[in-house]
Amino acid sequence: MTILDAKNDTWLRIIGFHGGRGMARNFMQLGFLPGNTARILRMAPFHGPLLVEVDGREIVIGRSIAGKIIVEELA
Amino acid sequence: MRFALVGQPNCGKSTLFNQVAGYKAATGNFSGTTVTFTETKVHVLGKVIELVDLPGTYSLLGTNPAERVVLDYLVSNEVDAIINVVDATHLAQGLTLTLELLELKRPLVLAVNMMDEAARQGIHIDGQALGQMLQIPVLPIIATKGQGVRVVFSTAYNIAKDHIDAKRQTYSSELEEQIAHIQQLIASVRLPVGGEALALKLLEGDPALTEQVGRQVAGIEYEIQRSVDTLCHITGRQAMWLVSKERHDLALAICAKVFKRTDQRPGLRERLDDYLLHPFFGYVFLVAILFLFFWSVNKIGGVIETPLVQFSDYLDTRLLTALAGKNLLAQILSGALQGFMGGLSIVLPYLVPFLIGLGLLEDVGYLPRIAFLMDSLMHRMGLHGKAVVPFILGYGCNVTSIMSARIMEEKRDRFLSALLSSMVPCSARMAIIFGLAAYYLGPAYGVGIYFLNIVVIALTGRVISHFLPDDSPGLILEMPVYRFPTLRTVTAKAWLRIREFIVEAWPLLIVGSIILAVMNYFHLSQITDVIFRPVTWLLDLPSQVGTPLIFGILRKELSLIMLGQALGSMDFSQVLSKVQMLSYTIFVVFYIPCLATLIAIRKELGTKSMLAITGITFLVAVITALAVRMVAAPLLV
Repeated sequence: MTILDAKNDTWLRIIGFHGGRGMARNFMQLGFLPGNTARILRMAPFHGPLLVEVDGREIVIGRSIAGKIIVEELA
Repeated sequence: MRFALVGQPNCGKSTLFNQVAGYKAATGNFSGTTVTFTETKVHVLGKVIELVDLPGTYSLLGTNPAERVVLDYLVSNEVDAIINVVDATHLAQGLTLTLELLELKRPLVLAVNMMDEAARQGIHIDGQALGQMLQIPVLPIIATKGQGVRVVFSTAYNIAKDHIDAKRQTYSSELEEQIAHIQQLIASVRLPVGGEALALKLLEGDPALTEQVGRQVAGIEYEIQRSVDTLCHITGRQAMWLVSKERHDLALAICAKVFKRTDQRPGLRERLDDYLLHPFFGYVFLVAILFLFFWSVNKIGGVIETPLVQFSDYLDTRLLTALAGKNLLAQILSGALQGFMGGLSIVLPYLVPFLIGLGLLEDVGYLPRIAFLMDSLMHRMGLHGKAVVPFILGYGCNVTSIMSARIMEEKRDRFLSALLSSMVPCSARMAIIFGLAAYYLGPAYGVGIYFLNIVVIALTGRVISHFLPDDSPGLILEMPVYRFPTLRTVTAKAWLRIREFIVEAWPLLIVGSIILAVMNYFHLSQITDVIFRPVTWLLDLPSQVGTPLIFGILRKELSLIMLGQALGSMDFSQVLSKVQMLSYTIFVVFYIPCLATLIAIRKELGTKSMLAITGITFLVAVITALAVRMVAAPLLV
C-alpha cells in the first residue's frame, strides 16, 4: 500500500518508493527514509495535499507524491 | 576572515543573520551562477569578519543548483569557519546535516538555536556532552533575541585562527571499508572536497562529482558501482540510502544521549492548526487574514497619503508661482519635487505597513499553511502548492518571486510560476492600486482589483498550461511550527526592502520625473506617447499617459508618479474619469514586468522565456483592461 491508502492518524512504516533517484533524494532529505514511521495528520479538501508527520517533522506532500511512498501499517 | 552560516530550512539561520546584519546586509552571487547569498560584516574581538548566509539546505548532496554551490563554497579557501545552526526542537534532524558537515573536516561551530522554544516544550539538551561526542564547540543561542550570538562568533574566530578542523564520525565497518577503498582509488584526484568526503559523495551517487572524478580517474564509475553492489549485498540497501540511513541513525543515537523531554502538553499552538487548516474554517480564516492585512495597509497608507499629497501639490504650486511660469529650471525643479514627494506620499505610506505585515505572516509560519490550503486551486492553474510561495512573495517584489521559483523542480513549473507570479501586483503596483483606484474610487475597488487579478492569473495559468502538459512531481514542503515573531527580525527584513526602494528606486523616480519634465518642456513626450497610442486609444485614456507607461517598465512606481506629472496634477480626480482611473490601474497591474524582474527572468529562464512573458503579460493586460472598461463604463459615471 502507499500513504494514499492509509487512514488519518494511523502509524505507518515506510518501506520504499516508486520513482527515480532524484525523487528518492527529495524524500530522503525530508526524513522519508525506509524504516521511519509516519502518519497522516490531515488532508486538505478538494483533493488537496496531505499533512504527514514523519521523523518528528510535519511535511506537506501532494497526492501524486504520496502515491509513490510505499508503507505498511504498524500493528 | 570569512564565516559561512549553514543550516536546514526553518532553523532560524536567517534570523541569526538579520540579528547581526541589521540594515547593513548586501546580496551577492556565487561566481558563475545565479545562486545568491547575503553577506554582511560583523565585528568579532575587534576584527572585521565577513559573514555569509547560505541558502537553507537539508543535505550537501547536489540535487539542485543551490546545494551544489553550498558544498563547493564550504570547501573553498574563501571560508575560514562554518557556523552550523540547528533547531533545538528538531535536534536529530538537524544533526544529520551536522554529521555531513563534519565529513568536510573544516573548522566548525554548532549553534543550537531556539533554546527558549525548547525550554517551553520541556526539552533539555546537554550541550557539553554533545560537544564531546562531536568534538566541536556546541553553543546554545536564541537568535530571535540575539542571546549567545556573540560567543558563537568569537568561538568561530578562535577555531578559524588556529585552523582547528572538525573530525568525522565513524560509520559502520562495511561502509568504512568501501570509503577507504574508493578513497584509495581517487588519491590522485585534486578537488576541493577532501578524499573521504568525496568518496562518500561518490557512493551516494552525486552526479556532478561523479562526472568530475570520472574525467580524472578512468573506470572509476565501474569501481563505484562495484562498491555499491558489495554494500547492497551485505546490507540489503542501496548505498545512497545506506549513507543517509547511517547519518540519520547516528544522529538519533547521539540525540538519545543528550536530548531529554520532561513534560509535553499540547498547547494552543498545536491546536491552532485544527482551526487554521480546517477543511472549511481554514478558508474562512485565510480570507479573513488576507482581508485584514490588505485593509490595514490601505487604512494606514490612506491616512498618511492624504495630507502629504495636499502638501506636495501646495509646494508645487508655490514653486511654480515663485519661479513665475514656464522656464526650464522651474519645470526641472517641479519634476524633481514631484518625484521626491511621490515616493514619500504615495509609495512609502503603503510600502512600510505592507512589508511589516508580510514579514509577520512569514515569520509566524503562515505562508506554508496557505500552500497547504491552496494546493488544489493551484493545480487548476497547472501548478502545485509550492508555487504559492513565489506568488505570496510576489506581493512584496516580483524579483524575489522569480528567484524563489527556483524551488520548483521542473523547468516547466518554473516558467509557469514565473509568468504567473510576475502578474501578481508587487508592492510598487500596490501603491498604484491603493494610491489611484482605492483612494479615488473607494477601498472596495482595491479589493476588487486584487480579486480580479487572482481570477485572471488563474485563467492565464489554465490556458498556458494547456499548451505545456504537466509532468511535475507535485508538492513537498516542510510545515514549520508556529512561532512568535519578534519586532526586531520583522523590521530588519522590512528595512532591507525599504532601503532598496530608497536607494535604488527613489532616485530613479526623481530622475524619471525630471526627464519627463524636460520632455514635456520640449514637447518630446508627444513622440513617446505615440508608441502606446494603440493601447491608450483602445482603453479611452488620454494620450499623455503613454510616456508614464513606457517609464513604468523601468520602475512600476513611475507609472503613477509620472502620471500626475504628465497630466499636470497629483489630484487625479481632476484629470481622469473614474473609468479611466480603473482601466489605467488594471492595465498597469498586468502589463510587462518591470526591468529588474525581466532581468531576473532572463537570468533564471533565458531570453526566450523573458520575451514570452513580456508578450503574454502585455496581451493579458490589454484584454483585461478592455473588458473592465466595457463592463465598468456604464456603471461608473
